[in-house]
Amino acid sequence: MRKFRTYGEVEHSTGSELLEQVLDQRDRLARRLAEVGTIVAVASGKGGVGKSAVTANLAVSLAARGHRVGVLDADLNGPSLGRMLGVVDAGLEDRADGVVPAEGPRGVRVISMELLQDREDAPLRWKEPNSDTFLWQSSMEAMALREFLADVAWGKLDYLLVDVPPGTDKIRRLLELVPTLPVALLVSTPAEMSRAVVLRSIRLVREAGVPSVALVANMTEYLCPDCGHRGSLFRGDGVRRLAEESGLPIWAEVPFDPRLGEATDRGVPPAAEQAANPVAEAFARIVARLEEPPGPDHEAPGSPSGSADPETSS
Amino acid sequence: MKFLCLECDQVMEFAERQIPGDGTLAAVFVCPECDREMALLTNPMETQFVSSMGVKIGGREVPAQPMEGIRTSLDEGGEKAFTEPVGEAAGNDPSVPAPPGAPSVVWTPEAIERLQRVPSFVRGMVKRIYTDYARERGIRTLTPETMDTARSDLGLEGM
Repeated sequence: MRKFRTYGEVEHSTGSELLEQVLDQRDRLARRLAEVGTIVAVASGKGGVGKSAVTANLAVSLAARGHRVGVLDADLNGPSLGRMLGVVDAGLEDRADGVVPAEGPRGVRVISMELLQDREDAPLRWKEPNSDTFLWQSSMEAMALREFLADVAWGKLDYLLVDVPPGTDKIRRLLELVPTLPVALLVSTPAEMSRAVVLRSIRLVREAGVPSVALVANMTEYLCPDCGHRGSLFRGDGVRRLAEESGLPIWAEVPFDPRLGEATDRGVPPAAEQAANPVAEAFARIVARLEEPPGPDHEAPGSPSGSADPETSS
Repeated sequence: MKFLCLECDQVMEFAERQIPGDGTLAAVFVCPECDREMALLTNPMETQFVSSMGVKIGGREVPAQPMEGIRTSLDEGGEKAFTEPVGEAAGNDPSVPAPPGAPSVVWTPEAIERLQRVPSFVRGMVKRIYTDYARERGIRTLTPETMDTARSDLGLEGM
């Protein structure tokens, strides 16, 4: 066999500096995120549990408390936060230090693939090549998420909420870019099917060492906007079972109120507009937990001692 | 990625990059000892992988533009989503030099139209070069004439 030097034995640069370019990207990401106080992943693993609505309402609830808030819609294939936060038609200003995010209600800064696509019905597609898409699609989406994090001129933020699309692989993708993710809110409904999927996500964020992990129980009951009657939407009690099995706290139980959906469709999340309603109160509880300094009540990775929040689970 | 000239035991150096426009890429490397040349040819799928890493084979002449990957690779959108402050709508007086650290250089509609004629895969880089040129010289309004001057000053014929 011929003997010649291998990659590790060759120190000379080729002029491409590919490694240096990758390290530059990491530095850029680190510099950008250094201005962000707390990054909160709003995830589930399961689709259709209301992650985006939770993200939009939590964002305006935090902003109503005077916090500087950014929202990153990581759902590249099914973006909705541009519409939910009323900025879908906003143009993005290009600056040398980054792309200026759109500004939604109460100054919430938003980036979403919705703002980058010129047609409402445009599926997420990348130019060329037209074959073997399944091989490189994922790497392009990882690139887009990295650029959303690193190339948006977020400015100083107290909170950056990342709406993570369904699929535990999407949570992992975020964790690779933000390995020190401080908070993960896992959204679930009382349905048994959600419980089984969210369990996988819980394991993933725990194994990644996310220091603060909590559950948000969404659509726990139906709230009639006319008579105030409350009723069950789902049979089962999947979120409380999740809390018992995982030891995670439930930070809030958010009832289903048709007005929430209507208002969010109009781009005006109701949480900050109607402070007296049960939906707004639920989000106020999440805000209060986020504002608390990390302590023993917050879930520690791998800890079996976490328990359901007594205010919301009893 | 490195290329070793086995005859000379020398690492070949990057010499030239070509983007034919069919999704492929060609990068030429040369041995500094014997001048032997070789070309790295990537198919569209391999090119896309490199693109998704956000790196340039052969190195970067200018820093990466914000959201460069999205704006150059996204179908049905991308670059078109970005707005430029235009003329007086941006509230700038073109006769006043930009203060240090000024966030924006105003592109006139004519300059933007000309920029749109640049192929999309290099448009971001070209835009950055002209914007930096204007910013460094305190020029707040970028016109086609500014672009002509920049091309001449910077030796960018063809851009």
